[in-house]
Formats: sequence, C-alpha cells, structure tokens
Amino acid sequence: MDPARFTCADGTTWRVEPSGTMRVPVIIYADESLIRDMDDKVFEQAANVARLPGIVQACYVMPDAHWGYGFPIGGVAAFDPDRGGVISAGGVGFDISCGVRTMLTGLSAADIIPVQRQIADSLFHQIPAGVGSESAIALDAAEMEAMLAQGAHWAVARGWGETRDFERIEEQGRMAGARPDCVSDRARERQRREMGTLGSGNHYLEVQAVAEIFDTRVASVFGLAPDEIVVTIHCGSRGLGHQIGTEFLKEMVVTAKEAGIALPDRELACAPINSEIGQRYLGAMRAAINCALANREILGHYVRRVFAHFFPDNELRLLFDVSHNTCKVERHLADGKWRDLFVHRKGATRALGPDHESLPAALRPVGQPVLIGGSMGTGSYVLVGEATSETKAFSSACHGAGRALSRHAALKQWSGRKIVDDLASRGILIRSPSTRGVAEEAPGAYKDVGAVVAAAEHAGLARRVARLRPLICIKG
Amino acid sequence: MIASSALPAEQKGRWEHFPHDADVGLRGWGATPAEAFEQAACALTAVMTRAEVNPNVAVRLRCEAPDLELLFVEWLNAIIYEMAVRNMLFGRFAVRIENGRLEGTLWGEPVDVERHAPACEPKGATYTALQVAREADGRWSAACIVDV
Repeated sequence: MDPARFTCADGTTWRVEPSGTMRVPVIIYADESLIRDMDDKVFEQAANVARLPGIVQACYVMPDAHWGYGFPIGGVAAFDPDRGGVISAGGVGFDISCGVRTMLTGLSAADIIPVQRQIADSLFHQIPAGVGSESAIALDAAEMEAMLAQGAHWAVARGWGETRDFERIEEQGRMAGARPDCVSDRARERQRREMGTLGSGNHYLEVQAVAEIFDTRVASVFGLAPDEIVVTIHCGSRGLGHQIGTEFLKEMVVTAKEAGIALPDRELACAPINSEIGQRYLGAMRAAINCALANREILGHYVRRVFAHFFPDNELRLLFDVSHNTCKVERHLADGKWRDLFVHRKGATRALGPDHESLPAALRPVGQPVLIGGSMGTGSYVLVGEATSETKAFSSACHGAGRALSRHAALKQWSGRKIVDDLASRGILIRSPSTRGVAEEAPGAYKDVGAVVAAAEHAGLARRVARLRPLICIKG
Repeated sequence: MIASSALPAEQKGRWEHFPHDADVGLRGWGATPAEAFEQAACALTAVMTRAEVNPNVAVRLRCEAPDLELLFVEWLNAIIYEMAVRNMLFGRFAVRIENGRLEGTLWGEPVDVERHAPACEPKGATYTALQVAREADGRWSAACIVDV
C-alpha cells in the first residue's frame, strides 16, 4: 500500500478518517516498510468493516495483517449491542478460537540435542497431523455435548491434561455461555473423530529454545530463561469450527439483508447482536471455543506423554494458552464510558496489560503472555501485554508473522524436500506428511516476524519478552 | 523446484488456482455453469493433492441456494464436508443444476497418506472473490477463495 494515503503521527500509527459510508476511522499499526508490503486489499477490507453497524471507535489492523475474506487477517473491531452492533461469523473466521499455547519444560537445549531426532519422531508418531490422520478419540453424543459445554475441563476430567493448567488458559479453560444446542449435527459429525488432532496448513507443534531475552524481569515471571526449552502448539477448533463458520455465514448472508444491513462484501455476513440468529451464533461460536480449548489441552497431554518417556522426572507447565480468532464480550472504555463490547479479533491476540482482573495472580503484576508464532525457520516470540494497548486497540496485538507470499507463489519458488534438508542442516528438524505442505509454509513465504513484533512494541500494543528458535517442527 | 505448468492435473483452461495472501483462490471453466462447477471441484482437490485419486466410491449429494454464486459456495462446502467426515478425496465430479438445485456425484477413495501426501485441508469456501459468470468467449467460469 502507498503510505501516502494515511496520516501517520508517530511512525507506527497509520490512520484514515471515515469517508462515504464508513462509520469510524481505520487505524493500522505497522512500520512504513510493513505498510508498503501490505496489499491494498487490507485497507479495502478494513474500510468495509468500518461500515458495519454499531462499530465503536475504529477498525484496527495489526502489524502482521494481510488480506483475508471479509475482515482482514489481523483485524480488530468492537461492536456495541446498545447501538445496533453486530456479530459477524466472517469476523471470527472458519477456524474459531484458533490459538497458541506454550508449555515450559524446565529442560535446556543441551538436554534435548542428544535425543532431538528421537523426540521429533516420537512427537510425529503420537500427534495426528495433516489430512487423513486419525484421532484415537471418538466422541459419542453425550461426550460431544460435555466437550462443547466444558472445554479444557472436559479434557482434564478424562485424564487428558492437568487441573493447574486452567488458570493459564483464557476463560480459565471453559468458555461461559456456550450453547451446544446451537451446534448442528453436521458440525458434530465433522468433529467426532478429530479431537486431539493438529490439522494442517499453518498449524504446527514446535519444540523451541529461548534464543534471546528482551525483558529479564517479565521473562523470569513467565519462567523463561536463556536456552530453556518450551513446546508451542498452534491449532484451533478443527472441523467443528469450520462447519459452524460455514453454516452461520450462509445464514447471515440471508438474514443481514432481511435486517436491512448493507453488506459491502458478502463475507462480512453479520447479524444484530440482539437478534435470535446473533445469539444462536454466539452460543455455537462459544461451544467451538470450548472445542479448541479441549483440543489444545489434549495435544498438550500428548506432548507431556512423549516428554515423560525421555525425561521421566520432568514436568511440563503451561505458560499460557491464547486464541486469536474469536469474538468476546469485554468491558472497555469507549467514548469516555465503560461499555460491554463484542470484540472481534480475527488473526489478532488479546493482550491484557498488568493488573487485569482476568489474569491469574502470578501474571497480574506483569501482564498477559502474548504468543506470536513465526515461521518454521525463523522463530517465534513471547510478548507481554502493555497497559497502553487498551486505548490503542482494545488490548490487542498481532498473532504471527503474517504471510508475505501466497501458497501458490511459495509452491513455485520452493521445494519442500529442500526446505526440510536446509533446515536440518541448521539443526531444525521438520516432520510432516506432506513435502508440498512444507513448501507452502516455507519460511520465506512469511513476513519478517522480528519487524512485526518490533512494530507492535513501538505502537504500544505489546512488549517483547523473549525470542524462541525452533529445534523441532511437526507440520500437518 | 515445482513449476505450476509441470503439475499434472492442472489442464490449461479447465481450472486454476489463483493467489491469495494466506489462502487459495480456485476457478473452474466449462461450457455450462455445471461444467465450471465440476472443474472448480477438481481445483479444490488439487489444493490437497496432485496425486491420482481413484474413482472407487461414488457419493451423491444435493444442495440448493437462491442464486448461482451462492450455489457454487454450497457445492464446494458440501464436498469439503464429505471429504472431512468420510476421510476421502475425490477426483471426478458430475453436476446437474436445475432451478437453483444442484445434484452432484463425487467419485473418489479413502485418503492414502503415503500415496496422496495431502497438503492443506480446506476449511471452507468463502464469499470473497466469488464470481460465477459467462466470459467474453461464451464459457462459464466459477471462482472463489477457499480458506485453508
């Protein structure tokens, strides 16, 4: 995009005032180089979001943004139910509650290196990844119902996880207000054999070493020290979320018209929050959040089982589990008044600053861990929420590196086999059922994650705590 | 190095993948909307695999929608659903469209991870870049972005 179309006050806040039917401004947080590399469609999509009824303050766009479907990926928008605000299935996306969890191992890189290959093989063997992989868990109707209502609590009650994880999961591991009765039979059928599976695409499981510490005090509260090993999982609500997204998008395209909502793009299909379908979507979407929380808890359990085999005296503790495709009801100060807003984050991470009441006591003095997935070659970051993020973007930050090249272009440019070999020569072991999937996810297809998190920090969204370098990556 | 022209299934002028930042665009062409839908379904399978898919099992489905574009998304989502719950891939498609109703037959086989080496799983077809239209040369095309 041409930076000249924005006004920029401080190097990382790029603003366009409302025009035409836009109700609020578009504000993009990024440095100039990231702005130049963004497709014009990022702004077009953000401007479309700014046209939706009941949007509050601005449509915000994170530094890792790229164009999506309906909302830009990296979009944050809050809606006020008392001012005709809407809830949008497209604003959450198909992979409802896709997110990241990072677990601390207490091990150092020196412990892992001698058995790195065996751990990689064992994780690849234990964790169903990719199309055609099968879960060891099949849910009957009663178990499905319980999972949708109870999230990670359901998984732990079945022996797949630990009770002490709950305080380190958003919503304490169980999304309130979930309504399994709003989840269709087809969505349930898609999930029946998918619990504890990683999925494909950009989903992954990585064993990482802490490569750099930026903030010693916060790192020590998070339990991160130089060279320490962590395990990070990126995945979501699997087929259940995809089907719920599909069905409600279809329904909302029709009902939006009936409700007199002009959709600038059909993919922005939405419904008034205070409507029958809006409430039904909310109930189903929350059930899908529980599905994602349960799924990541089970995957965490599988990781613990593999590590227990190699390091019997070792415990894996959860640092944090945070979603980046959600709509949540949150209290924010907007236009000088505290309001309960429906905050959509599509490819954006909630980033609560210090002293927030929903953080566990141990994290409250410093703020929420914000987990940023990079690419399999470059590394990932742990950030911490900043108090300033509340007024900047309803306490939100970026979620990853963001793609720079399409899958199509990546496939033309790289061979999966060569990427696997190159990374192996750099000490990074990739395990994937699909070399083509690896090529599509080539490290070069992503933006510079370092530039993304630096821009997030400069903009006051979240602050860098640690950089993680990958040692093992399981790709679906 | 994989060049798209070398990809066996991509027949020039029948279907294509077009670039999208994170996901993938697919387009099929045909003499009728039904043929364009069939070709777009081939493009959908090619998101996952370029290996041959044997037409061992037939699955029949129906869907309907108020217009051709919405019907196209319905069709792709119906295939995605069948692939997911049956753990199958499909390589051949037959479509009949009458009065906004679609009847389709998919021929395929269970996923064989070794042989198909499936890449990305499609999550859902979207309304973004959705177009079903008659082109200047008289052929029909059907296109949209699929979330993967």
